[in-house]
Amino acid sequence: MQTSWIPFLPPSASTVSGKVDALYFYLSGVTLFFTLLISGVLILFVIKYRRRTPFEIPRPIAGSHKLETLWSVIPFIIAMSIFAWGAQVYFQMYRPPKNAVEIYVVGKQWMWKIQHSTGQREINELHVPSGRKVKLIMTSEDVIHDFFIPAFRVKADVLPGRYTTQWFEATKPGTYHLFCAEFCGMNHSGMIGSIVVMQPTQFDNWLSGNAGQQSPAVAGQQLYESLGCVSCHGARGEGGRGPALAGLFGKQVFLSNGQTVIADEGYVRESIENPSAKLVNGFGPIMPTFQGQVTPDQLIQIMSFIKSLQASPGTTAPGSSPAPSGTLRDGRPQLQSTK
Amino acid sequence: MKAFESFETPSAARVNYLNAQYGVKSWLLTKDHKRIALLYLGSISFFFLIGGLYAMFIRLELLTPQGDLLSSTTYNKVFTQHGIIMVFFFLIPSIPATLGNFLVPMMIGAKDLAFPRINLLSWYIYLLGGIVTIYALLAGGVDTGWTFYVPYSTTFSNSYVVAAGLGIFINGFSSILTGLNFIVTIHTMRAPGMTWFRLPLFIWAQYATSLIMILGTPVIAITILLLAFERLAKVGIFDPAAGGDPVLFQHLFWFYSHPAVYIMVLPGMGVISELIANFSRKNIFGYSFVAFSSLAIAVFGFLVWGHHLFVASQSVYAGLIFSFLSFAVAIPSAIKVFNWTATLYKGSISYDTPMLYALGFIGLFTIGGMTGLFLAALAVDVHLSDTYFVVAHFHYIMVGGTLLAYLGGLHYWWPKITGRMYPEGWGRFSALVVFIGFNLTFLPQFVAGFMGMPRRYHAYPPEFQVFNVLSSAGASILGVGLLIPLIYLMWSMRYGKRAEANPWHLPGLEWRTASPPPTENFVITPHVTWDAYEFAPPEEMRVVGTFGEPAPLDESASPIEGKP
Repeated sequence: MQTSWIPFLPPSASTVSGKVDALYFYLSGVTLFFTLLISGVLILFVIKYRRRTPFEIPRPIAGSHKLETLWSVIPFIIAMSIFAWGAQVYFQMYRPPKNAVEIYVVGKQWMWKIQHSTGQREINELHVPSGRKVKLIMTSEDVIHDFFIPAFRVKADVLPGRYTTQWFEATKPGTYHLFCAEFCGMNHSGMIGSIVVMQPTQFDNWLSGNAGQQSPAVAGQQLYESLGCVSCHGARGEGGRGPALAGLFGKQVFLSNGQTVIADEGYVRESIENPSAKLVNGFGPIMPTFQGQVTPDQLIQIMSFIKSLQASPGTTAPGSSPAPSGTLRDGRPQLQSTK
Repeated sequence: MKAFESFETPSAARVNYLNAQYGVKSWLLTKDHKRIALLYLGSISFFFLIGGLYAMFIRLELLTPQGDLLSSTTYNKVFTQHGIIMVFFFLIPSIPATLGNFLVPMMIGAKDLAFPRINLLSWYIYLLGGIVTIYALLAGGVDTGWTFYVPYSTTFSNSYVVAAGLGIFINGFSSILTGLNFIVTIHTMRAPGMTWFRLPLFIWAQYATSLIMILGTPVIAITILLLAFERLAKVGIFDPAAGGDPVLFQHLFWFYSHPAVYIMVLPGMGVISELIANFSRKNIFGYSFVAFSSLAIAVFGFLVWGHHLFVASQSVYAGLIFSFLSFAVAIPSAIKVFNWTATLYKGSISYDTPMLYALGFIGLFTIGGMTGLFLAALAVDVHLSDTYFVVAHFHYIMVGGTLLAYLGGLHYWWPKITGRMYPEGWGRFSALVVFIGFNLTFLPQFVAGFMGMPRRYHAYPPEFQVFNVLSSAGASILGVGLLIPLIYLMWSMRYGKRAEANPWHLPGLEWRTASPPPTENFVITPHVTWDAYEFAPPEEMRVVGTFGEPAPLDESASPIEGKP
């Protein structure tokens, strides 16, 4: 839909922004219609039936079940049409596509720290390619923040102690606002930045131009070794005294209490910080807690490393692939929260 | 035709609740629901002025994109305190504690509320909560937003969170006691013949509101208590580092605070039902639909809190259910609007000030309600939540709705409350100024919000300035529009024209006793034989009559020159 002629419309630069706007216009139309209808009838009645003599008593009218039914059912049908439309677009917005480029976002008072899977780090600025699906995996170091890109019509809270995700596909190169939308303290209104959408080729150039920084998977491997994870989980995540990690991400894990969980970011974080919370079937509670020893940034690096072990353990050198595989939780309806 | 007279005697010569006793003690120890209503009126007006002062600073700061008038810390405190004062100390008690307190017994033909002492206690509790909150403001203020989201409020804020929370915690008990009192009174103290379906719709609305007050308020009390434990003792209910869940706080908070929106607006809807029927001399179209829609709102209002969490990591399936229920709860409100409009059909509509407020309410509440649908629609809410669109939406409900209904009701019952008329010309003029100022303040905020301006921003990108300048200009008009009634209402208490018992010529019980009423409301116990809004020509109304004349005021015992 061509909407650039409409005034007071924020820039529309993602694949969902047009869909959100279409529903917004429908809602605006319905609102305008009912507001004009009610106020029109109101003004008409107020003029037509104004008091003409001080003591006139109009004839009482009891009411009408027909009318009551009519003005209950019609608004209900309209409301349901909005509900269904809104839900349908919302499901699209929250079901991340397969093979999206994953970018990590850490919010802290009052800045956005961003890390690309190739190692580039940015602060309060996010470069993304147009025409490619991008998935943000977000967490907070302190209070609740909210990563809001008005031009993309997307927004999601960023919480401490858990990972939330959102995805988008930018359509138009340009620079757009990034806002923190959840009140986070003194400099909340300064926790802003910009989203720079580039042509895919330009973006690839930008990525390689900023190369030389260590990729999170490599940094994760170093942490994996220095924290001593290797001794139980194996140098390539092949397992040992601890469960195997290679190929773990996105898979079902059978726990010792008979339950199963999907190994996602939230599960891995919990297993590092509070290892005995969800024990893998067949393993004892021997792992020490790493709570307080690993920062949110380092957690992301360790996860990147574990994800890079996914394809075929032992053969692929971690970090050698340009980006860790983005296939997690394939086919499963994606919940926004991955606690 | 001779003017309708229900009472020939000027009320000043009669004993009434205002001149029955004099002195500070007679007010501070009163058990008369009418005097307690006036105590509340004075105290909520005081808090409204403070809240309004904060609003003024917000609008001044936002005139320019830079944060130049206030520091960011001060600005955060100012909007937080504006919210806390306006929500907990003005809007929630506004109509129930003043008009409700005054009118619930009068409209059902009772001498007082069921528990007069508890009624007075509720005012003292309100006062204590208010004093504790003011202490928090003076000691250094609170900067968490009125929503107190954790972990900012528990771990990171350096402001007086616990003190402000304590003020709200205490204040909640006054709500609970008022609600309890109303429910028992409406059940047990209706005059003979006053059946449930003869009750004025204001009473139905107060009843529904009271249900929410007694069921919802304990939850906010628990939530604040948990927040205080967490902040003081680090118990780890909400702190993720200790295994807690920060989103749990939001669920608990909105479990009360969404129904609290209906605590604020349902009494307003009750007032509007009275105004629309009485100023068009028509019985309410679809009485039972309007009455039961209040109860439906009260019940379903408890099931929609999750629509505040669509972007807060709530599961999409929970979002789906909460979105559906939010659309469902819109229907009873729509039914009310349609019935009010239909009531005007073939009525005899007067343009008195209360009616102007009522007509303004219907228009603004329609916009407020319809924009609520934007926020209930999942995909659109993702873009709009935490933007100025939300701010505009809830101000349309709370100011365009509740405040207008409160002002309309205050003008309507002013002759009954004070025995004096307000100046009609000024009343109409200020109603118009309020309407224009309100729309100019909040319409641009819908646009700014859709453009992406987040709320609670001290400084903002320059492209949003035009909307903020319009908004600030509107706020100054709105401020003037609200100051005018403050001045002339106070003026009228001494200089206003004396009011007859029934200046609007209406059938309601409260109009069938003197203005101001005697302490016991009705000298003879009313026996109700007519429906609410059963209008009759003046001759017939006189046959139905009024319920006794208060005794003449004993001039020799008059304490006018004796006591202060």
